[in-house]
Amino acid sequence: MANTADSSQDIAHSAPVTGPVLGNDGRPLKASLAKSLRRQKLRALGLIAPLLIFVLLTFIAPIADMLFRSVENNIVGDVLPRTVVALQDWDETSGELPDNATFKAMALDLKEAVEDKSHTRLGSRLNYEQSGISSLFRQTGRKVKRLDVEETTDFVAAFEDMNKKWVDVENWQTIKAFSGRFTDGYFLAAADLTKGPEGIERVPENEQIYYTLLLRTLKMSLIITFSCILLGYPIAFLLATLPLRTSNLLLILVLLPFWTSLLVRTSAWKVLLQQQGVINDTLVWLGLVADNARLELINNQTGTIIAMTHILLPFMILPLFSVMKTIPPSYVRAAKSLGANDWTAFWRVYFPQSVPGIGAGSILCFILSIGYYITPEIVGGTKGVFISNRIAYHISSSLNWGLAAALGTLLLVVVLGLYWLYDKFVGIDNVKLG
Amino acid sequence: MKMKSIILSTAAGVVAASAAGAKDMTIVSWGGAYSASQDAAYHQPYMAANPDVNIINDESSAEAVAKLRAMAEAGNTTWDVVDVVASDAIRLCDEGLAMEIDPDTMLADAPDGTKASEDFGDLLVSECFIPQIVYSTTFAYRTDVDAWGGKEPSNICDVFDLEAFPGKRSLEKRPINNMEWALLCDGVAKDEVYDVLGTEEGQQQALAKLDTIKDEVIWWSAGADTPQLLADGEVVMGSTYNGRLFALIEEQKQPVKMMWDAQVFDLDGWIIPANLSDERKQAALDYIMFATDTQRLADQAKYISYGPARASSAPLVGKHAELGIDMAPHMPTDPENAKNTFLYNYEFWADYRDDIDAKFQAWLAQ
Repeated sequence: MANTADSSQDIAHSAPVTGPVLGNDGRPLKASLAKSLRRQKLRALGLIAPLLIFVLLTFIAPIADMLFRSVENNIVGDVLPRTVVALQDWDETSGELPDNATFKAMALDLKEAVEDKSHTRLGSRLNYEQSGISSLFRQTGRKVKRLDVEETTDFVAAFEDMNKKWVDVENWQTIKAFSGRFTDGYFLAAADLTKGPEGIERVPENEQIYYTLLLRTLKMSLIITFSCILLGYPIAFLLATLPLRTSNLLLILVLLPFWTSLLVRTSAWKVLLQQQGVINDTLVWLGLVADNARLELINNQTGTIIAMTHILLPFMILPLFSVMKTIPPSYVRAAKSLGANDWTAFWRVYFPQSVPGIGAGSILCFILSIGYYITPEIVGGTKGVFISNRIAYHISSSLNWGLAAALGTLLLVVVLGLYWLYDKFVGIDNVKLG
Repeated sequence: MKMKSIILSTAAGVVAASAAGAKDMTIVSWGGAYSASQDAAYHQPYMAANPDVNIINDESSAEAVAKLRAMAEAGNTTWDVVDVVASDAIRLCDEGLAMEIDPDTMLADAPDGTKASEDFGDLLVSECFIPQIVYSTTFAYRTDVDAWGGKEPSNICDVFDLEAFPGKRSLEKRPINNMEWALLCDGVAKDEVYDVLGTEEGQQQALAKLDTIKDEVIWWSAGADTPQLLADGEVVMGSTYNGRLFALIEEQKQPVKMMWDAQVFDLDGWIIPANLSDERKQAALDYIMFATDTQRLADQAKYISYGPARASSAPLVGKHAELGIDMAPHMPTDPENAKNTFLYNYEFWADYRDDIDAKFQAWLAQ
């Protein structure tokens, strides 16, 4: 910026006659303006800096770190540096074991790894790819301490003696396949794929789960969003057209569930929906349902849809309401005075103006429901759980954070793709919160 | 002048109080009746004997493994002693997140001088794990089911028998235990179960057996689910931890009975997080030494029906603190209950957990 000011002064000196307009202080007006604009920008930046730093530190950085875990695979190279080098010359498709030198490298690596117990961590990591490696490393770790590297010559026999699995070529293939600093293994697993002998292939049918779950998550989120529109639209319409005093009271009723704990609301649905619950009891008492054929309303998709529609309804009603409030009632009156009947006036005049509210509400409901996991976990049984439930499982229970990160990344990409589609067909500027 | 002395003495008092509370110790456990039993049997007596220690209870054991890993990565472990199940302890030990324990130097001997390693015996399943209780995952059933015509289930395979015992069952939403029970009831001998389960065919066999009752199963994920489902009449039988069922039957007097056949023993105990400062480590070890001695373990059984992990504690188990009933017949380890038991194979599940779980979840989702 300073350079610009200098250069414009240069121009002012070299061409005094046709030079730039000067301000009262004799400096070019353009430079003064740029300077004051720059100061303003800096001040604005200074004002938003706390928020920017906050968002960077607490939102962008952790997410980036988490997403990075989906490809990061340093552990094999860090724990087994010599083995990884030795394995480079080994042809894993030959069906033969690596040579004695590789086994010796493994012995040296393991002896060091046992010191800081990183061998068991490596075992857990590789066990995600092949069952049994976890115990292989744990057991070998105990025995390798007694192995004398100087004295031993036949390392293959020594390892076979420690654990028979060491002469199984498959374990070595796994170690080699996942020896890189980066891996696509987690993403493959998240897409129900695996690295076979002939390249990438689908996992056997009885292990495919993530594709089903992703599809189900999207489908059910759409159903939930549509149920929210169906139920929320009339309520928002009522709120927007009633006199202020009544509508405020009704608005509090809409917000009331918002102020109740999520777990309490979900558990309440459990009491209502279960087979010996309030709804079924009432239906049996009314004689609508036989006692031995009570409806299954919970622990399946129905349960998830009912409970989540209820929980997300305020997110649909509020944007709809605020958009509807801005639609002047005179438009509908004008349409009617020009001869439209009630339906035509609503459908041709009122409804198109409320579409931005539907758009905003739908995006809110859809994006919230796609990441939900507490409610599906409690009322969803096995058929009504989402992909987030598996992400939660891998984060907190199986500790496979790489796979969880890959699943999370896939979900993010899918949502961004849907957002792009929405923008293309509906238009994101067609969304209003009021 | 007087005012000044009041202020000074107040300040001195505050300093003294904060100095007294300086040794906070965060103990993580499961919450509910279980934490209450630990509070009564361990925490209160320990704090009475060590007035300078202030125990803070945290109820995060269900997420302990993930949280400990996150704390270790952040370089700030705020927990001192953590209560986990044995399989989690093995995992934490594998990950280097728990410190190794030498039972003979760090734990108390039995009153007759038996070394701790011998007193705990086979229950020391990991170098980092100090066992506390033996609990079991077992079944209970309602006693008022008309459709059963007066019969009562007494065998694990009755769970798979929809003709004689129709009605919904609740099973845990994970493969562990369910796969073993399915194989046992599909004709596999008890000592071959894990050999069979280690093969692809064996896993398919177990899932095929579970498939026969799949439509009648409600899957639980929290230990409190089955007792609630049984009390509501949502299920006619279900599996859960025996202590939960004891509370349902003896404390809440529900029409429910235990079925101990093929109960699966599991262990719960303490770990100390790795990389604590020396001072905190010493304090944690001091607590562990106290809380896992013979008398303390026997005391816990006054409040909850889980068996003490030390052999020397068993004869000391007395009556329930409030109900006044003998606790021994409610212990999973009681000879009458333990006629046919199954021991959870930690090594096997550490290896196959990820693989079988993927298949099990895929099967559930179908």
